[in-house]
Amino acid sequence: MAGEKQHDFHIVDPSPWPVLAAIGTFVMLVGAVFWMHDVTPYAFFAGFAIVLYTMYVWWSDVIKEAHAGDHTPVVQIGLRYGVILFIISEVMFFVAWFWSFFKHAIFPPNANTETGEAGLIGPHVADGVWPPVGIETVDPWHLPVLNTLILLTSGAACTWAHHALMENDRKGLINGLLIAILLGMIFTAVQAYEYYEIVHLDWFQFAGNVYGANFFMATGFHGAHVIIGTLFLAVCLLRALRGHFGPKQHIGFEAAAWYWHFVDVVWIFLFAFIYVWAV
Amino acid sequence: MADATAHIEQHDQPGFFTRWFCSTNHKDIGILYLWTAGIAGLISVIMTMYMRLELMEPGVQYMLLDGEPNGHVWNVMITGHGILMMFFVVIPALFGGFGNYFMPLHIGAPDMAFPRLNNLSYWLYVCGTSLALLSVFAPGGNGQTGSGVGWVLYAPLSTSEQGMSMDLAIFAVHVSGASSILGAINIIATFLNMRAPGMTLFKVPLFAWSIFVTAFLILLSLPVLAGAITMLLTDRNFGTTFFQPEGGGDPVLYQHLLWFFGHPEVYMLILPSFGIVSHVIATFSRKPIFGYLGMVFAIVSIGVLGFVVWAHHMYTVGMSLNAQAYFMLATMVIAVPTGIKIFSWIATMWGGSIEFRTPMLWAIGYIFLFTVGGVTGVMLAQAGADRVYHDTYFVVAHFHYVMSLGAVFGIFMGIYYWFPKMTGREIPEWAGKLHFWWMFIASNITFFPQHFLGLAGMPRRYIDYSAEFAGWNYVSSIGAFISFASFIFFIGLIFWSLAYGRRTVANPYGEGADTLEWTLPSPPPAHTFETLPDFRGKPASH
Repeated sequence: MAGEKQHDFHIVDPSPWPVLAAIGTFVMLVGAVFWMHDVTPYAFFAGFAIVLYTMYVWWSDVIKEAHAGDHTPVVQIGLRYGVILFIISEVMFFVAWFWSFFKHAIFPPNANTETGEAGLIGPHVADGVWPPVGIETVDPWHLPVLNTLILLTSGAACTWAHHALMENDRKGLINGLLIAILLGMIFTAVQAYEYYEIVHLDWFQFAGNVYGANFFMATGFHGAHVIIGTLFLAVCLLRALRGHFGPKQHIGFEAAAWYWHFVDVVWIFLFAFIYVWAV
Repeated sequence: MADATAHIEQHDQPGFFTRWFCSTNHKDIGILYLWTAGIAGLISVIMTMYMRLELMEPGVQYMLLDGEPNGHVWNVMITGHGILMMFFVVIPALFGGFGNYFMPLHIGAPDMAFPRLNNLSYWLYVCGTSLALLSVFAPGGNGQTGSGVGWVLYAPLSTSEQGMSMDLAIFAVHVSGASSILGAINIIATFLNMRAPGMTLFKVPLFAWSIFVTAFLILLSLPVLAGAITMLLTDRNFGTTFFQPEGGGDPVLYQHLLWFFGHPEVYMLILPSFGIVSHVIATFSRKPIFGYLGMVFAIVSIGVLGFVVWAHHMYTVGMSLNAQAYFMLATMVIAVPTGIKIFSWIATMWGGSIEFRTPMLWAIGYIFLFTVGGVTGVMLAQAGADRVYHDTYFVVAHFHYVMSLGAVFGIFMGIYYWFPKMTGREIPEWAGKLHFWWMFIASNITFFPQHFLGLAGMPRRYIDYSAEFAGWNYVSSIGAFISFASFIFFIGLIFWSLAYGRRTVANPYGEGADTLEWTLPSPPPAHTFETLPDFRGKPASH
């Protein structure tokens, strides 16, 4: 180094993980194209494995740096900005799915889904009905409302864990996290059962009608985020069991908690609009 | 770059692989972005040469298959040119390259907030570029390779184009979007958290401000595009019907989602170059920028307005008159902050002791040509008049005046302005000026006649045209070849200057260049500001 650094920012050492992650992404996506065109599914999984491996080693490095004291107060503020901005970008991703949903629900096309005859589109021909003819919607006051309570309770347990951590109550931290994770897994299981019921009883399908496409893509991406959030919390639980995190220094946990609350809020919008409002 | 390498190796001697493949240094990553964007730009420009060659005379002479005109090749070329320029050339050069290199220097930060993530942004950009190029050679529509659906990937053309090519293009855009979003997160966190002590928000130089606002545009609009092209992907491969009327879907929805991203996108391309122009004008007029606060708020309001005008790209899809009236009005409002910028640049020059160095020529050329493009933009914003202009060469001329002669001139301006800083060597003045005039004249010969062609009714996106358009098309093609020659000259000039350019000093431009990067040696050491500069109680630079 030219001189000693006289500031609290984190100057990160060179790392091979970004280039490895990009190689993994390339293999994974080319593999996905191969898979979709029935060439081979293996390339996708090979790429996916590289991506997963990179995540593991990269974030291991981050944790090591945290323990080495690189995450000074000002660096922690930066990391928080990063997490918030990432969540904002995720919110905008869901905007696309809600946009598609609201467009079709407010201006339903008059397509005849029974015969497959194309309908006229545009604001002047909003004489279709929503949900489209032939679709049997999910009763929101059956499994969905139960799932709403499960997910919100999980969010509350996560907040409990957070407060316990800030008061250095390790037992409360671990119990709160355990409950949050378990409820998250129950949510995923209930959602999977609901999907099974919808498809099996042929209320509607993923393919063939835009109702099913909107429903499954919006709730499906939410479900993927629930699974990712559950894993994120599970990593925090493992770290908590190993004695990581302090009352004043727990960016990893905070990020997981924020992410989990974001997942909660998206679900409330999905429940309010897709399940309740549009039936 | 050879010299920069030598300079830094005296200090910490990272190996070649470590330095360029595992980098966590914002300057090195900026340099990587610039080189890669340059290569992608060359490929993209070669595609246009092929297209202009074909358009030189009526009839189809070159794009043939078994002696028959082959429109698929044309469509692939126009798609490739658009996708490369939009996603893989201009944003990586201005936002990734100059943004990475100079934004931290302008705010007095020692590096980016997340240096490793910064490198991931770069390598995902390389990954996306590779996927885009692969898409050109993968099996595609019409039993040939590549997909010819235009860079906007409109459904239903993009949902019915066969083969892997289209899916690869979709993933290329996904990855490029992820790369840009990660870069944007990094830039915003750096800007908010890492300004030097006393560097308050309104002391920050305008280039850093423009990069900051650009980052917000990326952060908020690219995820929506990601959603839209995911819908394309499932429509293509898994039988969903987001954009298929027979399943209750709506192809116009795709256009809304695309342009909700697409209009902020054009501001992502142009805003960083606004920042560079401000620096260049102030430097070579030896005056602080006129109306700094107004300039900052003009950038911010252009960014905000950019999100609420998207449907002016789609006046002819059958929107209600009320919607058209709204989008028309909102679009024209953007002329106000843009006018503030143009007039503040002119007022900065007013009464200054102007020195016509190469970057200054580019800046003045930029202001002139961007204003031409801005005026045709106001014409196109009229929903009624747009019925005539829509999908004609008038639109092509308009967006090439703001993008090619605007944003791309901004890239050249940035290179001429900062080349001495980045490499420690100077580009010969006469050569830079020759390149400017050469390109300025040639690109105007290329694009100005396209206004006439458009007004005469020549539609865009076709391989052929009727004979009455022959004259101006011939002129336009000649101009394109001359500007390509100037680009080749520029490439040679860069390599010559890297090897033999005169060594420069920390600040080759004198007292006008008062932003922080000019206080550092040329080229700067690997790690700058190890002791943070202190701006407490000091005035802003520009």
